[in-house]
Amino acid sequence: MTGKAESEIVHFDNVGLRYDHDREVLSDLSFTLFGGTFYFLTGASGAGKTSLLRLLYLAQRPSRGVVRMFGKDAITMPRSGLPALRRRIGVVFQDFRLVPHLSAFDNVALPLRVAGFSERDIAGPVGDILEWVGLADRKTAFPAALSGGEQQRIAIARAVIARPDMLVADEPTGNVDPDMGLKLIRLFELLNRQGTTIVVATHDMQLLRKVPSALIMRLDKGRLSDPTGALRYPPRTPA
Amino acid sequence: MKARARKNAGIARGRRLFAGAEAKFVPQARLSGPMPWVIAIMVAMTAIALAAGLALGNTVTSATAEISGGVTVQVVEPREDVRQQEAARALDALKGESAIASMRLVPQEELDALVSPWLGGGVDVTAGIGVPVPALIDVRLKQAATPERIAAIRRALAPAAPSARVDAQAEWLKPVFDAIVSLQWLALVLVALLAMALSAAVLLAARSALGANRDTIEIVHLLGGTDAQIARVFQRSLGVDAAGGGLVGLLLAGIVIVVLGRRFAGLSAGLVSSGALVWSDWLLLVLVPLLATALAMITARLTVMHALRKML
Repeated sequence: MTGKAESEIVHFDNVGLRYDHDREVLSDLSFTLFGGTFYFLTGASGAGKTSLLRLLYLAQRPSRGVVRMFGKDAITMPRSGLPALRRRIGVVFQDFRLVPHLSAFDNVALPLRVAGFSERDIAGPVGDILEWVGLADRKTAFPAALSGGEQQRIAIARAVIARPDMLVADEPTGNVDPDMGLKLIRLFELLNRQGTTIVVATHDMQLLRKVPSALIMRLDKGRLSDPTGALRYPPRTPA
Repeated sequence: MKARARKNAGIARGRRLFAGAEAKFVPQARLSGPMPWVIAIMVAMTAIALAAGLALGNTVTSATAEISGGVTVQVVEPREDVRQQEAARALDALKGESAIASMRLVPQEELDALVSPWLGGGVDVTAGIGVPVPALIDVRLKQAATPERIAAIRRALAPAAPSARVDAQAEWLKPVFDAIVSLQWLALVLVALLAMALSAAVLLAARSALGANRDTIEIVHLLGGTDAQIARVFQRSLGVDAAGGGLVGLLLAGIVIVVLGRRFAGLSAGLVSSGALVWSDWLLLVLVPLLATALAMITARLTVMHALRKML
């Protein structure tokens, strides 16, 4: 009990989200994510996956409810406290969101530079991860010169370079070939084994089968269902 | 083209050295645009306005020091012989006044020279040609010519030279000094207005740069970048622009001030030439681009921090 409570990294209680005065896009979300667990977030297009991910990577505050991240109340926390939390979260955006004026190398190095690492400490890890995603020879290329798949690999490399406590990925294999998709999922599994919590939003059912130990959260019209008991308390123990 | 590319690369390198790795967050070229030139013009105008204010101040200070103890005694008597006698008696009467440091009867040649621009060179009152010019006694007091001291001189002169008129030199120059002081205030107001205009220009530049880089800033935010980190990028970039522009502006202002100074010196008018800038004035002018740089950096920081507070 204590151990699980200590490894609780995200807790949502009765969370709802609406944009402006429109209807709620997310309703009554209550769940807990634990450290070192692999989660798939599934659901049809428009179910609210991206909105939920935005709450998870602190791009948005909910309209109601309680959100606790890494043991801290993310709703009442002052803005000045958010950067420290965000540095513990790696994000792979659905549209990659690479910085257009930065080279592939500088895009991947961005989280380390933001965290204040020296240039000497940046070159090695960035070179390694670029090699791992097969883009070492494209490190000076700018996003506009990269293909969709290459941009996605750069986005993933940027998300994992700082070894975050939680990795949130929105359709991370959508633009890569099956081999690269499998390779990226193996990278996520590797990070997961090293203790990183992984949350991958996808509507690719094949992908779910590639990580049998993952727990599945399903969103339907802004509400969560719990096909694998991921959201039960206590949750189903990962296989 | 190549030279321009090399120059741009040099500027970018300079900015990176100045700003460190954070400078890479936002494209630097998008931050500045015409900003250095705007700042150059602002600094040049501010420095010129300040120089004018300082020169006017110097004019007033030196002229005041020169004439504060000055008194002019005019013996206004149309008869030449009576005028000469009264002037001589007036000199004797004033010798007994302890408040007087020095005095002299202005020679007839000097008086002729004074009126010659209007009456020509053929004036000779003794020969009955021209108009009678009052005899002048230039008096220097030990202290400022207060109304009490002027009254004492008048009392001393009354029995000896009834036609004598006594004026403090500062008195008849007062309207000129008042006008100069007003111009000084005008220069000061101009400096303040230009500082405000500079802040407004920097504010607009920072806002426009923020708008152009909104996506990048949001990404940096989501990766854990702090408001202060992002503000530093803008602050430093605009600081470099302000420093470069300020230097050019000071150079332009320096040329204008030197050229104008020479022109005014060429007038050979005592009041004008006494307004020349001294080294401490030049030091103040050098401070203009430094203060403009500081003002630009502070404005940029406050603008960016204010805008970022609206983001999560």
